[in-house]
Amino acid sequence: MTQKLLEIDNLEVHFTTRRGVVRAVRGVSLSVGKGETLGLVGESGSGKSVTSQAAMGLVHIPGEIVGGDIRWKGQSLLGPEGHPLSRRIRGREMAMIFQDAMTSLNPLFTCGQQITEVLRYHRKMNKAQAQARALELFELVGISAPLERLNQYPFEMSGGMRQRGMIAMALACEPELLIADEPTTALDVTIQAQILELLQDLQKRLDLSIIMITHDLGVVAGLCDRVAVMYGGQIVEEASADEIFSHPAHPYTMGLLRSTPRIDGKDDRMVSIAGSPPDLLQAQQGCAFASRCPSRKAECSRDVQLKEMASRQVACRFPFSGPWSRDFKERTDHIGTR
Amino acid sequence: MGRILLLRSWHGLIVIMGVTIVVFVVTRMIGDPVDIMLPLEATAEQRAAFEHQLGLDRPILVQFFDYVWSLAQFDLGDSLWQNRPALEIILERLPLTLYLCFSAIAVAVLVAVPMGVIAALKPGGIIDKITVLLSLGALSVPQFWLGLLFIMVFAVQLGWLPAGGAASFKHLILPALTLAIPTMTRLVMVVRSQMMDELNAQYVKTAEAKGMPLFRIVGLHAMRNCAVPVMTLTAWEFIRILSGYTVVVETVFAWPGLGLIALQAIERQDLVLLQAIVFVIAVIVVVFNLAVDIIYKVIDPRIKLD
Repeated sequence: MTQKLLEIDNLEVHFTTRRGVVRAVRGVSLSVGKGETLGLVGESGSGKSVTSQAAMGLVHIPGEIVGGDIRWKGQSLLGPEGHPLSRRIRGREMAMIFQDAMTSLNPLFTCGQQITEVLRYHRKMNKAQAQARALELFELVGISAPLERLNQYPFEMSGGMRQRGMIAMALACEPELLIADEPTTALDVTIQAQILELLQDLQKRLDLSIIMITHDLGVVAGLCDRVAVMYGGQIVEEASADEIFSHPAHPYTMGLLRSTPRIDGKDDRMVSIAGSPPDLLQAQQGCAFASRCPSRKAECSRDVQLKEMASRQVACRFPFSGPWSRDFKERTDHIGTR
Repeated sequence: MGRILLLRSWHGLIVIMGVTIVVFVVTRMIGDPVDIMLPLEATAEQRAAFEHQLGLDRPILVQFFDYVWSLAQFDLGDSLWQNRPALEIILERLPLTLYLCFSAIAVAVLVAVPMGVIAALKPGGIIDKITVLLSLGALSVPQFWLGLLFIMVFAVQLGWLPAGGAASFKHLILPALTLAIPTMTRLVMVVRSQMMDELNAQYVKTAEAKGMPLFRIVGLHAMRNCAVPVMTLTAWEFIRILSGYTVVVETVFAWPGLGLIALQAIERQDLVLLQAIVFVIAVIVVVFNLAVDIIYKVIDPRIKLD
């Protein structure tokens, strides 16, 4: 890794709700280098979206960053000194695309208007220049009949086209980092594949760094260099994508892999992870996954830290070693299968 | 678009015809104009002659078709009280009333929209709480009482503004405010809650992620999405002011508009004039609604007018 673009250091995000304080992100540290693709994996409510929104400076009341630091090329984005910088890079050097392009685009403005406003604001382009650049961007993301599409409203476009439009918008100012928050979840499978291919292609062409937030391990396998697995507001395992798939060390990672269908038929049945995710309102004692973990022991009620283990980091006292299928299967076969 | 306009106009025409029938029937039920117009000691012959002159001795259906036929020729009849064409009287008074209504609605919108938006920026914040409290308070005040209060304070006690009449801009201030305040309070609440919803929308997050400034996000992205419901209420309030509140407020402030003359027409049982006033207001309301429909389509391209 040549240069760290984004570094998140021990980030804590709290949401104040009527029921109490939700500790959504609990000491997350991660970093993305230039040209790297980081997968951020976890189930709903694991804090992956909040972490990325914090990086973009999009956490507002009732949410609050209560601890840790976020740095862009070494400079903090938090605190009174960091805010101007955060505002300057948002939408320019760091851009974001969201899950549902239908609701993420303003329904009352044409796609063209929504792209050109970025260019006119950040790049101070005039109308004609912005229009020309928008057309270029639409071509770049593979939108058919781009000139026509510029004058269309989001409701007049298909889901895939809308997401391409979103991507075009995010890439308008040639950002160095693109945060993609489940960009394919709302799309059907063939369109999903197209969008992922597009992202991969764009990454190569533009030397883009990507944080890919997803709960789909298939997406991770195809796209990511490194993977961070989140659970209950914490990172439980971080390793290269290859290692995650061949040697998952954390029982939760293992559970995720086992609950994913495999096309090669090597695996017999899908296994769900029993139990439900932790209540983030509660202060947490020990390992967050302990109550659902098949290899739980008494020591798991004590706090665990993310620890260096060979070429990866794992937050588990009893991590697996070795190839994943057999070891885990033996220990988890008592859990209900479906 | 042209076809839709035509269709809408046709619908409007049906509404106007309905109103015509209702007005015709109702004005004939509120009393006998002959009793009012003629002195008490009038003989039966005189009464009959007068009835004949007004055409009231003809069968009701004949009267109705005669009325409709005149309407089609823009003849709204002659006022019984002033003995001149009702339309002439109305056209004298209408500009004053429209002036008052538009001033009131402009004040209401210009105050309510910024107020509601600012309140929505920080839900539950101090500005939000004050806004809600103020508008709930003002909402509970009856209009005629508000008008009288204004007169007492600003005209009688302080002597800053005239208590009645329509001679200058100064005369406009109190009646316009009296009309604007209840509308304003309702509008504030709608703008506020609508803006709160819109600010939570995903597209607002996208605009933020694009690095757009807050002013643009709120004032352009979210505002345009608020515009349709806010316009709906504004149009509705305008119609209520025009066709109802002005009667009270023009009376309180002796503003010589259509509302005042409507009240006088009722008092004098001038059913021709009253009929004409209601008809003209109905036409204005229909045209106004047609215009609002078209503006909807301009604001929100998803709206289908048919």
